[in-house]
Amino acid sequence: MPDDLAPYDTPQHRDETAVAGMWLFLASEVLLFGGLFLVVLVYSHTRRAGWIMGVRHTNLIIGSINTLLLLTSSAMYTLAVVAARAGRARRIIAPALGAAGLGVAFLGLKSWEWHLEFSEHLFPGAGFSISGPDAGGAQLFYSFYFLSTALHGLHMLVGIGLILWVCYRMARRRGQPVPVIPVEVVGLYWSFVDLVWILLFPVLYLVGRV
Amino acid sequence: MSMAPMADSANGYLWQDGTLRSWLLTTDHKRIALLYMASITAFFILGGVGAALIRLQLLVPAGAILSDETYSRMFTLHGVVMVWLFLVPSIPVTLGNFLVPLMLGARDLAFPRLNLLSWYLFVMAGMLVVYGLFRGGLETGWTFYTPLSTDYTQGHVLPVVAGVFLSGFSSIATGVNFIISIHQLRAPGMTWYRLPLMLWALYATSVIFVLATPVLSITLVLLAFEHFFHVGVFDPALGGDPLLFQHLFWFYSHPAVYIMILPGMGVISEVVSTFCHKPVFGYRFVAWSSISIASIGFLVWGHHMFVAGTSLYAAVVFSMLSFLVSVPSAIKVFNWLGTMHGGAIRLDAPMLYAMGFIGLFTVGGLTGLFLASLASDVHLTQTYFVVAHFHYIMVGGMVSAYFAGLHYWWPKITGRMYPEMWGRTAAGLLFFGFNLTFFPQFLLGYEGMPRRYATYPAQFQVLNVLSSAGASILALAYILPLVYFAWSLLRGARASDNPWQATGLEWRTSSPPPTENFAHVPVVNHDAYDYAALDQANRAASQEPPHA
Repeated sequence: MPDDLAPYDTPQHRDETAVAGMWLFLASEVLLFGGLFLVVLVYSHTRRAGWIMGVRHTNLIIGSINTLLLLTSSAMYTLAVVAARAGRARRIIAPALGAAGLGVAFLGLKSWEWHLEFSEHLFPGAGFSISGPDAGGAQLFYSFYFLSTALHGLHMLVGIGLILWVCYRMARRRGQPVPVIPVEVVGLYWSFVDLVWILLFPVLYLVGRV
Repeated sequence: MSMAPMADSANGYLWQDGTLRSWLLTTDHKRIALLYMASITAFFILGGVGAALIRLQLLVPAGAILSDETYSRMFTLHGVVMVWLFLVPSIPVTLGNFLVPLMLGARDLAFPRLNLLSWYLFVMAGMLVVYGLFRGGLETGWTFYTPLSTDYTQGHVLPVVAGVFLSGFSSIATGVNFIISIHQLRAPGMTWYRLPLMLWALYATSVIFVLATPVLSITLVLLAFEHFFHVGVFDPALGGDPLLFQHLFWFYSHPAVYIMILPGMGVISEVVSTFCHKPVFGYRFVAWSSISIASIGFLVWGHHMFVAGTSLYAAVVFSMLSFLVSVPSAIKVFNWLGTMHGGAIRLDAPMLYAMGFIGLFTVGGLTGLFLASLASDVHLTQTYFVVAHFHYIMVGGMVSAYFAGLHYWWPKITGRMYPEMWGRTAAGLLFFGFNLTFFPQFLLGYEGMPRRYATYPAQFQVLNVLSSAGASILALAYILPLVYFAWSLLRGARASDNPWQATGLEWRTSSPPPTENFAHVPVVNHDAYDYAALDQANRAASQEPPHA
């Protein structure tokens, strides 16, 4: 077997292995967020009134715009994957950069939203602005809100970094055959980050609002 | 299968390039296994010192040396280091790392650089934990129960929890690497049912690594978030639910118990078969029992919370499921005994350790049934009975298996034999010292001595002194191998390629193996443990004149 491929037999074998590894890692990620959603499941029932009060204080407009941005970003990245499969290196970089750009816009809006919430004293703890008998449940909601959006934002940062790394690799290897697998693997991850948001959006902004 | 000529050990992976840089940047799974081995040995010693101080304290009813507070921090140190930094990684990251590619007939794991990264993550995790412990430690026990860990603790929770969190990523990386390697890198002819049982065990372990560890990670994040920002997550004052923490924690930590025993079971299957020179009895049952232990293991976490205020119905279900897990465990024990039955048993050190494992694991497993029964658990929970039970599994089981594996594969790893007589002595001491340490604790617990206290009523002193005496013998049984392994590295007799006449692919390459593992990709044309084929090949080789 050729040395530079070790421990794989063929390039195809190596590629399959990389994709399989990413899927398995994502299975692990599902369980990571799964623990968080278990907390939602429990507290949104045991502390229903306060929880709903929390949901009603989130910023639905920013949340919706962000959902739109992230879905579009994922779709754009898919164009890069299609281009990679067709072997067209030039068509990879532009949509990938677009996807990363939309991701940055998402994070920008999210930070602004956080800023608004901090100034409204919605961060749980002493000085929390929602009061009344159900305030405890609202605090639990906001603990979950800040933690889950922070964790999701962290995943977005990693994803944006990975997309930029793909772009850098493509720009450097101009004229050579296009390595499809890095583009695909990053695409899997980026879609996962998107999928988490698709679950977070209704939980944070919609369920219990009306 | 032919006996390859003994290779000059200078060509092995061990000595090929001796620079520090070549070790720290290696992606060779064999070298990473040794890096891990050095790290977990250090943690084992640290955890052992903690245990020694605990046993010293309990020599006298009033407590010999430590204040109550320091005692709590000491058993936390012992638990945290032993569970998170020794038992969970132990066999997978050392023997597993070394053996998975060799047993598969592969050049390396599927993701060699990820493998190295996992070691660095582990080292950083260990340093964070040790930093927290040496700053003064914490008094929460290894389970970090809230609200003690979030609201009331005076200890250094954050660095320790951050370290355990980080070590989780190291586990996940290892798990991903093993699963994908076993799927993707099997040599030609190596079908699933030809895999050595060690690989089935490591596969099952890796499933737990990948699917349970992230739940621990998020639980620790929630804990740290609550502790650091003083916000409500599990805090009952804010409507939070401390029981929810326990559910999340044990959803990982009960499967983690199987992380801490399944790899050991894999080692025992290999050792028992080799030293009886017989195929493992009921191969497929043993293989699938690993998978079913891992699967059922995800459904029994509630038995840690029988007295914590869960509903009676939940408790009944969890109790039944816990009984169910003993079925595949018993299958393993019966099959090892079936393998030994009628075999020509050689009592070398690995086999002595393995036989010790079978006995101690059986005691540990059966006493687990007392704790899985709702009525007797109410009496026994939070007593030394529990401490004795899980030490029979974790130390009597896993540590015995780890030593069995170390002795068994030592010739392959280093190219040197260990001194057999000393090996047998250490195995005997371990068995004796272990029983003397922990059997009295069953009695103590049954009589009602609670765990985690720095002092105890005078009537318990005799049994406590026996236990402490056993601990000093146990310490000797741990120190001995350290000494003679180090000695054998330099002075031990050269090992042949297959000193035990075992069947695995790892024995078909030189001792120590070359960096690329095999000169030619091995082709597998018979089942695991096919001793008839091995004997035939040996006879054929002895009739041929030796060639260079």
